[in-house]
Amino acid sequence: MAFNIVASSFEQKYIERSQWHMTGMTGFIFGFVALYFNFVGLMTQFMERWIIEGVLTLAHLTIMGVALFGGVTIAIRSKNLSAAGKVANGAAVGAMIGIALSLLMLFMTQLDIRFMFVALSNKLFLFLSWKQGLEGGITLQIVLSAALGALGALIVVMPKVLRRPLIWGLSAVFIVGLFSELIQLVMQYEFILGFRDWFFTWEGQRVQGAMVVFVVSFSAMLFWTIRGGAVKERFGQLSPSGQKSIRYFGWACALILFLLFPAAAGSFFGQVMMYVGLFILMGMGLNLELGLAGLLDLGFVAFFAAGAYTIALFTGEHELQILLLDRPLTWWEALPLAVLVSVAIGFMFGIPVLKVRGDYLAVATMGLGEIIRVVVLSDMAAPLLGGSQGMLHIPRPSLFGWELNDPIYLFYLTLVCASVAGYFAWALENSRLGRAWMAIREDEDVGQALGINLVNVKLLAYGLGAAFAGLAGAIFAVMLTSIFPHSFQLLISINILALLIVGGLGSLPGVVVGAAMLIGTPELLREFGEYRFLAYGAVLIAMMRIKPIGLWPSAARKREIQSAEEIEASIREQMEEEGQRT
Amino acid sequence: MQKYFDIEFWRRVTYVDVTLWLMRAAVIIVVVWGTIGTLIDGRYSNEQWFDFVMFGLTMGGIYALVALGYTMVYGILRLINFAHGDIFMTGAFTAYFVASPLGKSGFLEENLLISMIIICLTAMVTCVIIALTVERICYRPFRSVRSFAPLICAIGASFFIQHSFRGMYGSSVRAYPDVEFFDKLLSIGSFDFPMIQPVVILAALGSMTGLYLIVMKTRMGTAMRATSEDRDTASLMGIDVNRVIIFTFVLGGSMAGIGGVLYAFVFKQVYFFMGFFPGIKAFSAAVLGGIGNIPGAMLGGFFLGTVESVGPALFLDGLGIVAPYQLRDLIAFTMLVMVLIFRPQGLLGERVSQRA
Repeated sequence: MAFNIVASSFEQKYIERSQWHMTGMTGFIFGFVALYFNFVGLMTQFMERWIIEGVLTLAHLTIMGVALFGGVTIAIRSKNLSAAGKVANGAAVGAMIGIALSLLMLFMTQLDIRFMFVALSNKLFLFLSWKQGLEGGITLQIVLSAALGALGALIVVMPKVLRRPLIWGLSAVFIVGLFSELIQLVMQYEFILGFRDWFFTWEGQRVQGAMVVFVVSFSAMLFWTIRGGAVKERFGQLSPSGQKSIRYFGWACALILFLLFPAAAGSFFGQVMMYVGLFILMGMGLNLELGLAGLLDLGFVAFFAAGAYTIALFTGEHELQILLLDRPLTWWEALPLAVLVSVAIGFMFGIPVLKVRGDYLAVATMGLGEIIRVVVLSDMAAPLLGGSQGMLHIPRPSLFGWELNDPIYLFYLTLVCASVAGYFAWALENSRLGRAWMAIREDEDVGQALGINLVNVKLLAYGLGAAFAGLAGAIFAVMLTSIFPHSFQLLISINILALLIVGGLGSLPGVVVGAAMLIGTPELLREFGEYRFLAYGAVLIAMMRIKPIGLWPSAARKREIQSAEEIEASIREQMEEEGQRT
Repeated sequence: MQKYFDIEFWRRVTYVDVTLWLMRAAVIIVVVWGTIGTLIDGRYSNEQWFDFVMFGLTMGGIYALVALGYTMVYGILRLINFAHGDIFMTGAFTAYFVASPLGKSGFLEENLLISMIIICLTAMVTCVIIALTVERICYRPFRSVRSFAPLICAIGASFFIQHSFRGMYGSSVRAYPDVEFFDKLLSIGSFDFPMIQPVVILAALGSMTGLYLIVMKTRMGTAMRATSEDRDTASLMGIDVNRVIIFTFVLGGSMAGIGGVLYAFVFKQVYFFMGFFPGIKAFSAAVLGGIGNIPGAMLGGFFLGTVESVGPALFLDGLGIVAPYQLRDLIAFTMLVMVLIFRPQGLLGERVSQRA
């Protein structure tokens, strides 16, 4: 079940398209994207968010960004054109985007469609027309989009010395503006307050702040583009041990900064980083099942729930635990129990689906996960598990008589657990068992013929994967000190699946990257929270289409892909040769 | 039977086999015991049982319509169209914006048949457009790849569609208009039921007959069946496989559209998440009937609908379980898992559906 990207159909890839067709298609697609943002209500949300206070909102940037990217795309795709031709085509694409938006404006004024499309408000119309009324708005929009499209193409044809600093400068302004609220949260100390208030308001960055950010990042990048080669050369001239020590020093600094960051930046960041840590834990668990053993498990959240509920049962005041024990366990005592229960659930999960393969396995595990959720939610299990009311008053863990009641402490707890688990995951990957998993991922029958005991190996994948999720569940239970069945929906499983795909299946650093991107970013941008699953869907499709190996693939996978690309290149060469002959 | 007397067979039995047998036995015991308990108790009257069965068949008709989409796509592309449940939602949700003005203006009551056709057509067109887009973006690039990629793309598409429609049409629940004719009680003897139920069942049966005729009698249908037997050979025989696949998605999408409208008129409400559970249940129905098998999907749909509706009262009430109706989904999911584990070829299927 490897991600076999070699076999994607060649015949569709190498059809020559005329320039007209290409420009038209690009304009059409980007126009559609621009319209989509409006229809789906993202624009209405983005209008509320200033990037540069009083000047630019996120919505302006999005609509301009679409035109800009349209220009960039067409300029990259049309390889045979001169620079002027590229710019002209960029302008054409931009104009098409402008026309699409103008049609939307026309549509909004002529028809009353608000009852169907809730997002198309008056405010949106004012925004789209730049407050110029219908005709002025249409003209302005088309001209502006065309100009931006041309600018996009211009950026591509521009010399590198200018292009790189420009891109960096603009991106820096954008990122600082987007996260300005969070940056201000970090700058909470007395002595930089004046500095902070010169740069930002709570709405966004000030104009002068944005200028400073732009100038600084622009000139830094300009310097690097011109002088970077020399610096690299100097570094290369150092002795190998010197290089190594500089590198280690860099890594150590980064690690210390990372460790101190939540403590310095406040509990909000601690909370977010802890949440990311939980998903890293679960991601490592699913990575054992899916990334190594190739078992697509959509019921993974059940193991997470098992861990959380075990902690709730044994540490809170509960009848069952009074029946079995004379006192509630502490969190540390219940932790191994939680992991064990998850492992047991993992085995119970695994046994029935041993013989089910591929897509069917995904659906079967999803069914099992949903069965567990329905049972937990029902009144039948309510006396034990609290039904839809959930379980409340779970005591927080304490260490040497010190209650870990702040998200920052819990973050460090998560960090320790994740590091230990990460070590185990790494060791497992390189063990005999890990190799057996990878063998059955590639081909079950061959693996069995080579003497791998399929039953044991698969059950161990489920059980060990579940152990990671159980650990995460145990921490999750004390995060809010209460748990509810609706925290354990199928969405969590999909979340974990998505972060694995984004990071790269079978790669541990990939899990971290994926979790930071898919869990961390939406947590930081809470106000767009309802659109996060929209983004997940888009990301899943885009990753599968564009980069199926993920952002940080494992070394083995990278090698496979490289050899696959070589094969593809040789086939392309062959095809071209044949084309020349005929 | 012979094999059970062979000592070698018993020697090869592992703990996995034993667990699976125990699972089967447990389910059978629960069902039998619960049924006996309920029947001895006699808590439900004949009228109530009739209600359950009628409601089950109504739901079954809808499940069957949606299941057809799953089964045809699986038959031809060998992939689970995970987004099909959401395609079903798009039709019903979009048709609301036609049904609601029609209901307000009174046209719906006066010309019921015409307006139902208009509503259904809206839903069908929407579903077909979305289904074709999903096929183009998510499935076509992976057509010759055997991997998880199309399934993951389909999961992505499912979320994308759900939340796009949430953004577009809003996250609130919209109520379909009431139709007097559908709410009218019809009685046969001492049994009475709302008119909507036979309407749904008949409409579902009618659409399925139409589909069956298309698949069995037309040239395109023959091409479809050939492609589902063996895609490569079919393309060597001059069948344009691309067109066949598009046609399959068109057929599946239109069935989902009709199903969506019927579902909306039964439950009277639409919202962006409504497609998820019917989608999974319809998939269960398709698996139950043997995926890739068109009559199987119809049978599976009706069977699943009925069991799900009768089940809580029949199996679970007798066991003394509190509020058995909360466990309706449990029955559907258990059936899905059991079929996948024990009889992946389904009730009618001969096809061995093992995809590595």
